[in-house]
Amino acid sequence: MVAAIASDYAVRGSTLTLREVSHSFDLEGQPLPVLDRISMQVGRGEFVALLGPSGCGKSTLLRLVAGLDTPTAGSLLTEGSEIEAPDPSRVVVFQDPTLYPWRTVWSNVALGLEARGLLRTHRGRIEDALRLVGLTGFAHAYPHQLSGGMAQRAALARALVNDPKLLILDEPLGQLDSLTRIAMQAELVSLWQRSNFTALLVTHDVEEALLLAGRIIVLSERPARIKAEVVNSQPYPRHRGDPHFVELRREVFEHLGLDEAW
Amino acid sequence: MVAALTAFWPDKLESDWAYTGGFAIACGALALVLALAALVGVRFVAFQRLQRFFPWLFALAVFLAAWETVTAKLGLLPLPFFPPPQAIIEVVIDDWGRLAQGIFASARLLATGYFLGAAVGFVTGVAIGWSRLAGYWIHPVLRFIGPLPATAWLPLAFFVFPSSFSASIFLIALATGFPVTVLTWSGVACVKSAYYDIARTLGATQRFLVLKVAIPAAMPHVFVGLFMGLGNSFAVLVVAEMLGVKAGLGWYLQWAQGWAAYANMYAALLLMAFLCSGLITLLFRLRDRLLSWQKGVVRW
Repeated sequence: MVAAIASDYAVRGSTLTLREVSHSFDLEGQPLPVLDRISMQVGRGEFVALLGPSGCGKSTLLRLVAGLDTPTAGSLLTEGSEIEAPDPSRVVVFQDPTLYPWRTVWSNVALGLEARGLLRTHRGRIEDALRLVGLTGFAHAYPHQLSGGMAQRAALARALVNDPKLLILDEPLGQLDSLTRIAMQAELVSLWQRSNFTALLVTHDVEEALLLAGRIIVLSERPARIKAEVVNSQPYPRHRGDPHFVELRREVFEHLGLDEAW
Repeated sequence: MVAALTAFWPDKLESDWAYTGGFAIACGALALVLALAALVGVRFVAFQRLQRFFPWLFALAVFLAAWETVTAKLGLLPLPFFPPPQAIIEVVIDDWGRLAQGIFASARLLATGYFLGAAVGFVTGVAIGWSRLAGYWIHPVLRFIGPLPATAWLPLAFFVFPSSFSASIFLIALATGFPVTVLTWSGVACVKSAYYDIARTLGATQRFLVLKVAIPAAMPHVFVGLFMGLGNSFAVLVVAEMLGVKAGLGWYLQWAQGWAAYANMYAALLLMAFLCSGLITLLFRLRDRLLSWQKGVVRW
């Protein structure tokens, strides 16, 4: 089934290029700079993590990538063309699952297909997506009947059913308990490996970034600038206790200016 | 408990009033049935469910008995104003035709006005909640005219509109429309922006955002508006019927009072109470069906 999704809809990740992207909010007439000339390049099928202190503008960056907001300066490109509006090929999974409470899990997952008028022809993919995240038995449950982890899985299924070329993950596991979180991290990796979309993960959890991503971009405090880049080429599944992993973690903490705590 | 009830009813109600006979028999029979139900029906689920209502049935019996006592039996209350229960039953049976006509006329007027008002109010509310332009133009009008009670328009409506019927429909629609508009609007305005973000990243059009995100999310508010509108529409209906329309329960009330036929008045009031509470119940049922997803989210 999983293979069917991957081959039928030939998911190949898209590229993402940021050129000198700056953004600021208008705060009572005063501009509040949030992003400061961020430039980066994400390759096809890469898994990149953006790591930075809370409130540094990571989520703003993701909103720009999703096309929900437009940057004050600079440009964002995917596959060579500028990002101007949201597009179903770039799907966001937010920190809060934000399922529609009036829809069952099934129709929440169906949302993207319905919005694009593909529900009739691609109906079967909803079942596939639910199976992919292990929610087959809960198709007719309402969101309030789900646990936090299940709701986040449903949100993931809602994203995956659209066969995204770029999956934008905004601290998707932030609200889960630590056990569910560890399980979901492993699942995210295997989902990404099976469907080879490009993934952009925002997190402030160093271990999570190291476990999932091939490349970690460390951002500074607001206004966010790129401070460093750490490459993790270890094969999956990765282990927290691995000496190389521990070494990388120390390095990342150093970039964050927290090395003395370790 | 029902055994006690049975003992109660025939005791007080058996009197020598001629037209009391039927009433007493009916009460006695009902009591007997209930007593039997209590004795025999312990095993049946349907009767057990009925058991919940026994305290209320008992209270009702006490009330009827007291009413009967102070009116028919002791004559404590002045007669034309406070008839005994059997007089009301007599009216319902004898004047059934006219009352039924009244119910029909009222229901027709109410339904037309209410649906019209609710529909217009709903559309207006969504428009104000969604479009800045609509908000800019409609909001001040709403602020200015909305708080005016619909009945204030009554004199104007009756000469502007070609018939008192259409005038009343306008008034009822107005009374319904205002709360529906305001609450639909606030419902649409309160929708979490994250809901829109989600739909937008999934490729939703404006149309989809309105129909599939804003409106369903606003439905709980809309229903509050519909309930308030229904209450308002009852008030306007009765006033309109008393002052202009020559049909309906409100008109019947007025007419009965004019003839000092107080039993008829009580009968019409009683029927009106049934009509109104019936409609409210109906609306509750509709809400329960449409908003069953809310059951786990809010206190139901």
